[in-house]
Amino acid sequence: MNELEHPTSEPYGSKEGKDLVSGITIFPMEPHVPRKSDIDPKAARRAERQVATMFATSSLMIILFVVAYVKIPNTTLITIPVIGTVNANHLATGFAFGMAILLIGIGAIHWAKKLMPDVEVTQERHALTSREEERQEVASSFQRGKAESGFAERKIIRRSLLGALALFPVPLIVLLRDLGPLPGTRLRETIWEKGMHLVTDATYRKIKASDVPLGGLINAVPENLLEIEHEEENLNQRGKASIIVVRMDPADIVSQQGENWDYQGILAFSKICTHLGCPTSLYQQRSHHLLCPCHQSTFDLSDSGNVVFGPAARRMPQLAITVDSEGYLIAQSGFDQPVGPSFWERG
Amino acid sequence: MSTTEESIMAPEHASAQGKGGSVAYFIDDRLASANFTKRLLDKVFPDHWSFMLGEIALYSFIVLLLSGTYLTLWFNPSMTEVIYNGSYVPLKGVKMSEAFSSTLTISFDVRGGLLIRQIHHWAALFFVAAVSVHLLRVFFTGAFRKPREINWVIGTLLLVLALLEGFSGYSLPDDLLSGTGLRIAQGIIQAIPLVGTYVSMFLFGGEFPGTSIMPRLYSIHILLIPGILLALITVHLIMVFYQKHTQFPGPGRTESNVVGFRLFPIYMAKAGGFFFVVFGITVLIAAFVTINPIWLYGPYTPSQVTAGSQPDWYIGFLDGAVRLMPNLETSLLGHTISWNIIVPALVVPGIMFTALGLYPWIEAWATGDKREHHLLDRPRNAPTRTGLGVMALTFYMILQVAGGNDVIAAAFNLSINSMTWTFRFLLFALPPVAFVITKRICLGLQRRDNDKLLHGYETGRVLRLPSGEFLEIHEPIGEVERAKILAKPDVIPMELPASVDANGVRNPKAAKSVMRAKLSQWFYSDVIPTPTDEELQEAANHAQHELHAAQSHIKEIASH
Ligand code: HEM
Ligand code: FES
Repeated sequence: MNELEHPTSEPYGSKEGKDLVSGITIFPMEPHVPRKSDIDPKAARRAERQVATMFATSSLMIILFVVAYVKIPNTTLITIPVIGTVNANHLATGFAFGMAILLIGIGAIHWAKKLMPDVEVTQERHALTSREEERQEVASSFQRGKAESGFAERKIIRRSLLGALALFPVPLIVLLRDLGPLPGTRLRETIWEKGMHLVTDATYRKIKASDVPLGGLINAVPENLLEIEHEEENLNQRGKASIIVVRMDPADIVSQQGENWDYQGILAFSKICTHLGCPTSLYQQRSHHLLCPCHQSTFDLSDSGNVVFGPAARRMPQLAITVDSEGYLIAQSGFDQPVGPSFWERG
Repeated sequence: MSTTEESIMAPEHASAQGKGGSVAYFIDDRLASANFTKRLLDKVFPDHWSFMLGEIALYSFIVLLLSGTYLTLWFNPSMTEVIYNGSYVPLKGVKMSEAFSSTLTISFDVRGGLLIRQIHHWAALFFVAAVSVHLLRVFFTGAFRKPREINWVIGTLLLVLALLEGFSGYSLPDDLLSGTGLRIAQGIIQAIPLVGTYVSMFLFGGEFPGTSIMPRLYSIHILLIPGILLALITVHLIMVFYQKHTQFPGPGRTESNVVGFRLFPIYMAKAGGFFFVVFGITVLIAAFVTINPIWLYGPYTPSQVTAGSQPDWYIGFLDGAVRLMPNLETSLLGHTISWNIIVPALVVPGIMFTALGLYPWIEAWATGDKREHHLLDRPRNAPTRTGLGVMALTFYMILQVAGGNDVIAAAFNLSINSMTWTFRFLLFALPPVAFVITKRICLGLQRRDNDKLLHGYETGRVLRLPSGEFLEIHEPIGEVERAKILAKPDVIPMELPASVDANGVRNPKAAKSVMRAKLSQWFYSDVIPTPTDEELQEAANHAQHELHAAQSHIKEIASH
């Protein structure tokens, strides 16, 4: 029973030496264990064949790529389980190209691992600090240069130079001035004004009070947005003036931001979240809560649009509305406060 | 033949060495580069799987440059409004920006265009992931210590730039999802005290969204940030090269050598091959797994939003921080300070990245360790550092998970309100717990290492002694493992200074140095010493006896 025999003659933890730098124990390199391909020429030849096969298959894949690219129309769709319906050209070219690249990589690594020598080599590190004399020389070169330039003595030159250098970047900053307009009152204003019709968001249709269903929600914008339908300003104004119109049982209204800002239970609020400006979208008609999908700020529309949850700090601005002589919803006035996210000058 | 003739003949000798030789001569005749080239070809790189993480980052970056260059051939970063008329039927006739419509064109009308887009997006995700995990490996192994602090700082900059690069690219297609992300970014900029509205107006050329932002983001995304990234990565790699890579402890590995494979041919074949592997896998994933299907989101308009919108993963922690912050805002002398925005979106990440960049100095200051280190720490052997790292990671992960609180709430039917409160609580409660647990685990692992040294490892073979007792047979551990364990560096906490000096005069600096010494002792607290030579010897003798006992017992059984 020799199973348990092993060379215990050498005591545990025999130390071969100490690392001079760290003081930790160092051991001699472990002996190299030859690989199969080192000793068995057959194994080596097998590895060689494997590597060559991978490289050759890679070339085939490139041919496949070109064929797929030319032959498969970009409009052909195929359905594959798990993946779903996809563009066949995309799938075939991607597969062929990916495999071609991958095979080069695996082939090269296999080659290195099986056929190139795997004996680790030891190399000394060089010192990362220079010798003290060299450091001294640098210091004296610097002193010499400093003395020759007179940087220390010639105070006027030094100061005027520092001044000039300090001012030199000013144009680089001033030149940025025309990147955009000054804020002015832009963030405070929307295009809502007294008597403006509320129109539907997508189709610009006027909204009749009697058409707003109880519990319903309509996305709306001011009518004059149509005038700038194709101008750059459209999106900018839309980002501020978008509102939502909801109707609830007037008995459910706990409070409003102004007296009689509703019209028979129809309320209008800004759609733009007071947190970071996402358009709020989810309205729960039973609780009258309006939820912003971005960070879940929740506003109670039956209670002045107050924040009931989430990171938004301010209530949703309310737009006072009424109807015109034909029963279409109109604004009593513009917003009485800036809409959207906070800013320093907002107050 | 005289010597002069011989030197004239030299170039001929070169051709005798084959093509490589003559190229080398050609270059050396112009650059005198032979010395450098030889050192280059022979340079030794240590081998460890975790050293490939930086490589993955590098290769993904190359894939990004390549695929991105192709994208620029078709992409048009303009916000001019057009009516879409390409081959994606569901959006025909829809108003959109040229940026969005050219992205649709790349996806549906340019053959292979979708593939390039998907490669680019996947490579971006891998890039940031690889950079982050590479950072963790550098942190937990202590590779950032002297003399590699500069590379750590460059690395931190690379990480921040990688995040900015990712976000700017993500915004370019002007789809509903990324547009919402951009809107949030604008809201954050606008909330910066004093200058916010100005910065926002200048950046966007007016109000949000305006028409200037895409072209501007475009030059930031394809020129400015990649240029800086490229320069910094180059410096990063030159430094790794010049300072030589660190290595894990093991047989023959010391602080003053490098053990591994030479650059040419093995490292070159492996690393070069690995580039193709990373590239190939990226292409395959791009072919099979759709990422960022902007055609499903539709073009951006500021009055619409998709429910459950999520940014790319690496922005998740910011999103989470923003979600968890209570809604504080103060109004002061006609000015608004939005704590609910600037704290999570600017202050917290600012502190996180500053602390990250300064960590090498923080640790060196706390430990008083000013030595050079080329041998890596096994994470268990630096329990306090490992604990701190896991603590920071836990903090980050909670933010990351909180960034998906709506998705989680919907999936598990929980209330967002209680989830948010839970996360707020966990954000402060869990990191310290993680610190303590991690440290314990590290110390436990160290004890197990010592056990292995003294008693060997358990073989799982059990003997029943005549007395009826069971004895598990232990075998001594191998040379490699023994070397690894015994390479645990001794730690030297700073000593508490005397509060009065030899002459009985109070040392005014004492208070400060006491604090530092205490910090250092805290950092190195709970040291588990490696067994001394005597202990090892004794254990070896003991093992010898046990073995003999077992053997004679077996012989006994055999003879029966
Ligand atoms: C653009 C992103 C980055 C690229 C392309 C990159 C690339 C690399 C590569 C190829 C290496 C050598 C192999 C290795 O150790 O993994 C390396 C080493 C290193 N990297 Fe990075 N890296 C990046 C980001 C970072 C970050 C974020 C940090 C930390 C904040 C960092 C800190 C380091 C340090 C200290 C080393 C030396 C490690 C040693 O010698 O053990 N790098 N990097
Ligand atoms: S933008 Fe609405 S909650 Fe953040």
